[in-house]
Amino acid sequence: MNINTDLVNKVTAFIGYEADLLDHKEYQAWLSLWDPKGLYIVPTDNKETNYEDSVNLALDDADMRRMRVARLESGESVSAGSAGVTVRMMSRVRVLEETADCVVVRCAMTLNELRHGNLVTYPADMEYRLQPTDNGFVIERKVVKLMHAESFLRTVSFIF
Amino acid sequence: MMSELIDVQSISLKAADMVEEGRVHKSLYSDPDIFTEELDKVFQNTWVFVGHESEVAEAGSFKTAYIGQHPVILSRDRKKNTHVLLNRCRHRGATVCEGRKGKTKAFTCPYHGWGYALDGSLRAVPKPEEYEGVIDKSELPLESLRHESYQGLVFATFKDDIEPLEDFLGGAKKWIDLFVKQGGGYPLKVLGEHRFNFPGNWKIQLENTTDAYHFPIVHKSFVSSLDDATQDIFDFLDGDGFVEDLGHGHSVMVMIPQLVDLEEDLDQPIPARFEELAQALRDEGQDEEQVKRLVRAAHGTGFNLNLFPNVSCSMAFFRVLRPVSVGLTEIQHVALGGEGAPAPFNRKRMRLHEHFQGPMGFGTPDDGEAWERVQKGSIAGKDGWILVNRGLGHLHTSEDGNVAGAVCSETGMRGAYQQYKKMMAAEEK
Repeated sequence: MNINTDLVNKVTAFIGYEADLLDHKEYQAWLSLWDPKGLYIVPTDNKETNYEDSVNLALDDADMRRMRVARLESGESVSAGSAGVTVRMMSRVRVLEETADCVVVRCAMTLNELRHGNLVTYPADMEYRLQPTDNGFVIERKVVKLMHAESFLRTVSFIF
Repeated sequence: MMSELIDVQSISLKAADMVEEGRVHKSLYSDPDIFTEELDKVFQNTWVFVGHESEVAEAGSFKTAYIGQHPVILSRDRKKNTHVLLNRCRHRGATVCEGRKGKTKAFTCPYHGWGYALDGSLRAVPKPEEYEGVIDKSELPLESLRHESYQGLVFATFKDDIEPLEDFLGGAKKWIDLFVKQGGGYPLKVLGEHRFNFPGNWKIQLENTTDAYHFPIVHKSFVSSLDDATQDIFDFLDGDGFVEDLGHGHSVMVMIPQLVDLEEDLDQPIPARFEELAQALRDEGQDEEQVKRLVRAAHGTGFNLNLFPNVSCSMAFFRVLRPVSVGLTEIQHVALGGEGAPAPFNRKRMRLHEHFQGPMGFGTPDDGEAWERVQKGSIAGKDGWILVNRGLGHLHTSEDGNVAGAVCSETGMRGAYQQYKKMMAAEEK
């Protein structure tokens, strides 16, 4: 086992930054983290790899990400309006692949939401494809493999 | 809490009395004794949707489902016959099949290894010598339920002497025939599904599928995400739509009359939001006539067909509900496409499904919020009623001779509740 600690620290810092933006609903800043061709994916089947030919909970290109954020920020959505706070923990960060123009990272997430006074918890395995830039990274792909995907979720008015 | 409303000797008659023509008592959402009665008198006494034939297309395919609280298996045997089996080993009661779907040669109980064929027959029992003279394998198959299908929709029932499925569907059959046209000339096929639950009673979901009144309010943020032309299509409350009571608790709510028959008006220009799909189909070599047919089918139908008690053919997908407890309901949003249809067509259908449906869609979370509030708010007060009387003063008779009202009337809810009332009032056999 040969861990590139410097790289792990860099991607951990980036993933932590993204998580903080999402928990604090700084969605416009979150949109700027993405490569324009990037895909935000929440599968219904965690074994699936062909997302385009499958039904997903979300398969967002840049347009859909922009619309998803617009919906959450518009004030028109009753569920977004009453969404509680979320607190997510990102950990168990491992770099799976590293090339000059791509870093593939896997990590664990536990997201907690207080919804109408009840705590709802969403554990997930996360996969990121990150493109190194001068300032850090941009996201080429983020796959959120929710444990709930095998079962029944509650409705979601935030971004994993 | 409910003692002043519930006569302990005849809970079900009281539940039936809680349904009037234009209102239902709020305790129908929250009384656990009524819920228990519903499982028996409604879900075990009618046809319940368990799946679509395309979900078990091949020999050896299975999917799991529920009838009320009973776990069942929809399977297809080697001779390609379908079966609906209780998911309960005849030995000690364990489920013999887990997972949503799959393929198998047999159902084997994990506890002691009893093995059942896809038709439910008991084939093998480990160490059989201790059963010599004790059991006869032919008498211990997985219990099989009567099931019938219409246009690929499979329904099963615990009530062996129930009317044929086609009689039960009655006036709804015409609408199912229209609904399945959205395969675009290909057989309708299940492409996948969303699963979510909400902390509320199943009848809140049952009502919602025939409730156009909520759409522009609850789904404002979804409509805002559409282009102008599509926004116009979804601005249907002042249009020529209607709700028609089809009998047996079924109803249809036509929101977009121009999308009732997807095989008509094929010469319409292709809308901007489908231009990319049209070009992808042309690039695959589809002729212009077929491109227009597929693009029109990709829209989905302009109506929701509500089938009592647990499924709706809802514009472009199946909405299936399962009552888990008096205050918890599981819902599946089943995406549909065409078997063998061009990949760009099925992909577009899936992307449209993801846009509105499911727990992360742009529509469903807002529905969920409203339903959760209904369950929570309806508890308030010792007594109180839920109004379903909208449009009662403006009813008319449809072309098919049914009671009908405006698109945002509550005609469909009243139809469903009258069927509910009839079933809950039925005497025990």
